[in-house]
Amino acid sequence: MSAFAELEQVHEAALADLKTALTTQALDAWEDRYLGRKGEITLQARQVGQMAREDRPAFGRRVNEIKQLLEQAHASRLEVLRHSELTERLEAEAIDVTLPGRPVVRGHLHLTTQTLRELYDIFAKMGFEVYEAPDVELEAYNFDLLNIPQYHPARDMWDTFWVEGGDQQRGNRRLLRTHTSPGQIRAMRERYPEPLRVILPGKCYRYEQITVRSEHQFYQVEGLAVGPRITMTDLIGTMTEFSHLFYGRDRRVRVRSSYFPFTEPSVELDTECILCDGEGCAVCKYTGWLEIAGAGMVHPIVLANGGYDPDVWSGFAFGAGVERPAMQKFGVEDIRLFYGNDLRFLRQF
Amino acid sequence: MKIPLSWLNDYVKVTDLPIEALRQRLDLVGLEVGGLEVIGYPGARLPWDPDKILTAEVVSVQPHPNADRLVLAEVNYGGAENEIVVTGAPSLYAYRGESGLHLKVAFAWEGAELYDGHVEGWVKSRLKKSRIRGEPSRAMVCSEKELGLSEAAEDIIYLPDSTPVGVPLVEVLGDYVLDFDIKGPFGHLQSVYGIAREIGALYDRPLRQNPLGAIERLNLKAAAEAEFVDLEIADPDLCPRYTATMVRDVEVKPSPLWMQLRLQRAGMRPITNVVDITNYVMWELGQPLHAFDYGIVSPRPGSSQPAIIVRRAAPGEKMTTLDEEKRVFDNDMLLITDGEGPVGIGGVMGGLDSEVDDETRHVLLEAANFAFLNIRRTSQQLKLHTEASSRFGKRVDPELALPAAARAAELLQELANAAIDPVVIDHYPGKPETHTIDYDPQLADRILGIEIPHDEQTRILRALEFGVEPEGATWRITVPSYRLDARLPIDLVEEVARVYGYERFPGTVIDEELPPLRRNRPLEDEEHMRDLLVGLGLDEVITYSLISPEDELRLAPDPERPLAWPGDSVELQNPLSPERSRMRRTLLPGALRTAWSNLRYLDRIAIFEIGRIHFASGEPDLARAETGVAEPRHLSMLVTGMRRPLWWEKGEAGLEQMDYLDLKGIVDTLLESLDLEDNVTWERGHHPTFHPGRCAVVSYGDQELGALGELHPLVREAFGLPDQPVLVLEWDLELLLDAAAASAKYIGTLSPYAPVHEDLALVVDEKTPAVTVRRSLLEAGSPLVQAVTLFDVYRGEQVGEGKKSLAFALSYQAPDRSLSERDVSKLRARLIKAVEQELGAKLRGA
Repeated sequence: MSAFAELEQVHEAALADLKTALTTQALDAWEDRYLGRKGEITLQARQVGQMAREDRPAFGRRVNEIKQLLEQAHASRLEVLRHSELTERLEAEAIDVTLPGRPVVRGHLHLTTQTLRELYDIFAKMGFEVYEAPDVELEAYNFDLLNIPQYHPARDMWDTFWVEGGDQQRGNRRLLRTHTSPGQIRAMRERYPEPLRVILPGKCYRYEQITVRSEHQFYQVEGLAVGPRITMTDLIGTMTEFSHLFYGRDRRVRVRSSYFPFTEPSVELDTECILCDGEGCAVCKYTGWLEIAGAGMVHPIVLANGGYDPDVWSGFAFGAGVERPAMQKFGVEDIRLFYGNDLRFLRQF
Repeated sequence: MKIPLSWLNDYVKVTDLPIEALRQRLDLVGLEVGGLEVIGYPGARLPWDPDKILTAEVVSVQPHPNADRLVLAEVNYGGAENEIVVTGAPSLYAYRGESGLHLKVAFAWEGAELYDGHVEGWVKSRLKKSRIRGEPSRAMVCSEKELGLSEAAEDIIYLPDSTPVGVPLVEVLGDYVLDFDIKGPFGHLQSVYGIAREIGALYDRPLRQNPLGAIERLNLKAAAEAEFVDLEIADPDLCPRYTATMVRDVEVKPSPLWMQLRLQRAGMRPITNVVDITNYVMWELGQPLHAFDYGIVSPRPGSSQPAIIVRRAAPGEKMTTLDEEKRVFDNDMLLITDGEGPVGIGGVMGGLDSEVDDETRHVLLEAANFAFLNIRRTSQQLKLHTEASSRFGKRVDPELALPAAARAAELLQELANAAIDPVVIDHYPGKPETHTIDYDPQLADRILGIEIPHDEQTRILRALEFGVEPEGATWRITVPSYRLDARLPIDLVEEVARVYGYERFPGTVIDEELPPLRRNRPLEDEEHMRDLLVGLGLDEVITYSLISPEDELRLAPDPERPLAWPGDSVELQNPLSPERSRMRRTLLPGALRTAWSNLRYLDRIAIFEIGRIHFASGEPDLARAETGVAEPRHLSMLVTGMRRPLWWEKGEAGLEQMDYLDLKGIVDTLLESLDLEDNVTWERGHHPTFHPGRCAVVSYGDQELGALGELHPLVREAFGLPDQPVLVLEWDLELLLDAAAASAKYIGTLSPYAPVHEDLALVVDEKTPAVTVRRSLLEAGSPLVQAVTLFDVYRGEQVGEGKKSLAFALSYQAPDRSLSERDVSKLRARLIKAVEQELGAKLRGA
């Protein structure tokens, strides 16, 4: 057989063999066998020296041609095999993508903190700064300076925890603040003669048995605005804005006349019940309204006690609950859940 | 205060107003209706069907042929024929065999829904046609219980003789009871007449009966003296007025039905006509009255004229009150006494011995006025709260005493056949001046923000019985005697505003310059801290500020080593319970109790609290607004239980429970967030609450921020916690935030050159803290050493007894060049030399 025929035979065998290489390993072996340093094509090329001189160029060209053809065939075969092998491997790597992920523990802010922050934000938009006052207060600040003298019937509105010891002289007696209102006097005395726009958040305490509806410890947010021309309609406007931002834009607000010793005139503000839209339900006690704040124009005696001349200045004040609106918003029925700190409850917020 | 609408209707027409509209109007104007009870009308617990429950008349009573205890009553209910009703009513039984009767009753046809009078409680049933002992029965005459009026089920209810026959019962006995919840000390709103007056002003309706006019109707005269009693007010500062009315030959018996029903609906129990009338007038006019049995009132020694002396009690003086309690008085309590001793506590409660009873023949009627603050004091001191003390405590108009006495006399004459002496003794040492207010109507505009026309202001004030002279810039306003709450011009602004109606007020935006804006850094920092801690996986809790003193003791299990407090505790005089009697000086009890209650449901707890603690720091001083109580904010953390929530892949065996290093890791990250990680010092702590070997104290400069560590097993047991590591921390948040604020953030130049990493394993004494070695490396290697991270701790034979090997990963970097081999070996030698000299450390394997 001529060298040419033999070369063509090797070419054909190589192509036939290539089809049987079904893995990349088999393909590597094929490459060694035909195109490697000791491969059959390489061996063919070496034969060129033993050939007739006139045949040499043609044979050499053909060998190179075949080598290139086989290299191309190898490359395209390799591509196909790699692709199918990758597909196979990836398929084998499949997992149940619905398995629960590796847990990342997340903390939760207390519902009271979340509600307080909402109130801070809303009132900050209206220019109210947060001002803090002590929990343990002087009787004078909690009562007398707020126009609630000793034995005055208005004191019945607050059942008070009194503190032992210290100077038990009137006014110097100490108690746990029953409301955040003593902060009004502190803020006024500190800031006079500036106009004032503050909210006073804080823990308050009342001598009340702990039940589903009452706690001896709770939070309040008091608001106070004092200026040369502050009016009742400003109070109504401010609280309506608050209600819209907190409860929802489309809720109506109503104003009822009320009584507080430190405001005159005194009012209470209600918003349409957020659960029944004013239709009447258990949460609003079938009135269609939820109380959002007690409020009023700062009593001239209180303004004067704060250092502001009531003939020149006027002001409004309001006091809003913190737990109650949160309870209403989330349909919580038991106020004890707040400071009982059942984490199963707190983690829902 | 409960007021039946039918009673109000006596003085001002209200029954034509839709009840819900009336209620809302009253709510808006400050007369809050807390509750509404419907009687008989739709919406009642038992509505009376107007077709089936009627007024009727029993005209004859015949024996029942087959039953001894029953009778057959012939009833005219307005129909064509009378109806025969079988009944066991004892009072009808007494009429057996009589005819020509005119007994007005409540009559129910079959199909009517009533309460069952024969079973306990309130069970509704529908009246059915039946035969009772052979006699057909398709209707009945009703008891109060069957109609839901009271629990009386023994006998039937009789209606007044004037009642028409055959009209729906609801038109005669139906009613609405408004339960007013009036805030504030308003004596003038504590009565039916007072509310009627308000409604008259609100609806511009005239008052139509004058219960205050009985003086004229009875033609009574007030005088300083009369024969029937020798009256003396010894302490006029506590008793501005005292009137005594002589009521003779009273016939003590039950009150008529209408009065009983009104009292019941108002929430009072009818007793006898004399007592009922004093209660009735108190409700009607707001003036508490007291009826003494005249026969018991003793004269002074040597006199035969019964005497009443109103005086302060002698200290320690005693009397038994109507409620059969023996009371001891102090010198600031006011007594009503006779010639022998106390017969009542002025304005609070009468004495047991002078009570009116069935034997009483003559009554001495007291209508007086007392200093309201003193009444409140007495009532609080004696813990004795009565309808009378509550009313006096809200201030009663002293002008009311005499008209109220006359009104009661009028009713006693009418309902107890009494004879009234024409002279009433009236001592009135505290008669107040008529009060006037100079009122500038523009004050309303300035305070309210809307202009209420001046003639509208005049109309409103006059409707409320204020005298108005609307002339000039400042008006003279005369205050009615009963408006003891109206003293300042601003009080008139409120009257004008509420009657004008807040629903007519627009809302406005404050049209003023903003006050100087300030930030509240302490609060901002506190909130930032909360966010950091939540980000570290902790849940926020807020626990009670009031704690048990026992819980403080539980934190120090070794009595030899009590806790060091920053100051004395703040204790309550009147705690709800011992468990809530002290203001907390530590947040730990709250954290531990929270852990305890949650471990019943959860196997992993990681919580924090930011809150104030409280301790005595000095004396209170009003002049300096100083409370003498320090209230710094503290931070607590507690972690215990599973390191991570239950999951399907297993973690490293033996490391499932959180331990000290879990808490430490949280704290490390927190400190890093505050740029404090390299500025605080860690030391082993000796806090009694902690495991003695697992407690650290962290300081910033010379300020101790606080401790953290594993809870002492005895403390864990004392708080009932299970046998697992409980890791807690309590720090002074004020100090921590100050430290964070002081610790400036340093941003170094970022080097573009690749760092060199290498590991150093150092063998040190077991006692040498890792943090010390790290600090030493950092200091010695400054500025080229960029990071020193502990990655292995090894103890064993290879390093020897009492030693440990700490392996650190270091990274070196210069800002301006790549470090050469030579640089690195010089640096390494410097580090090793430093730790060797400072800490006796040896390079492991060297």
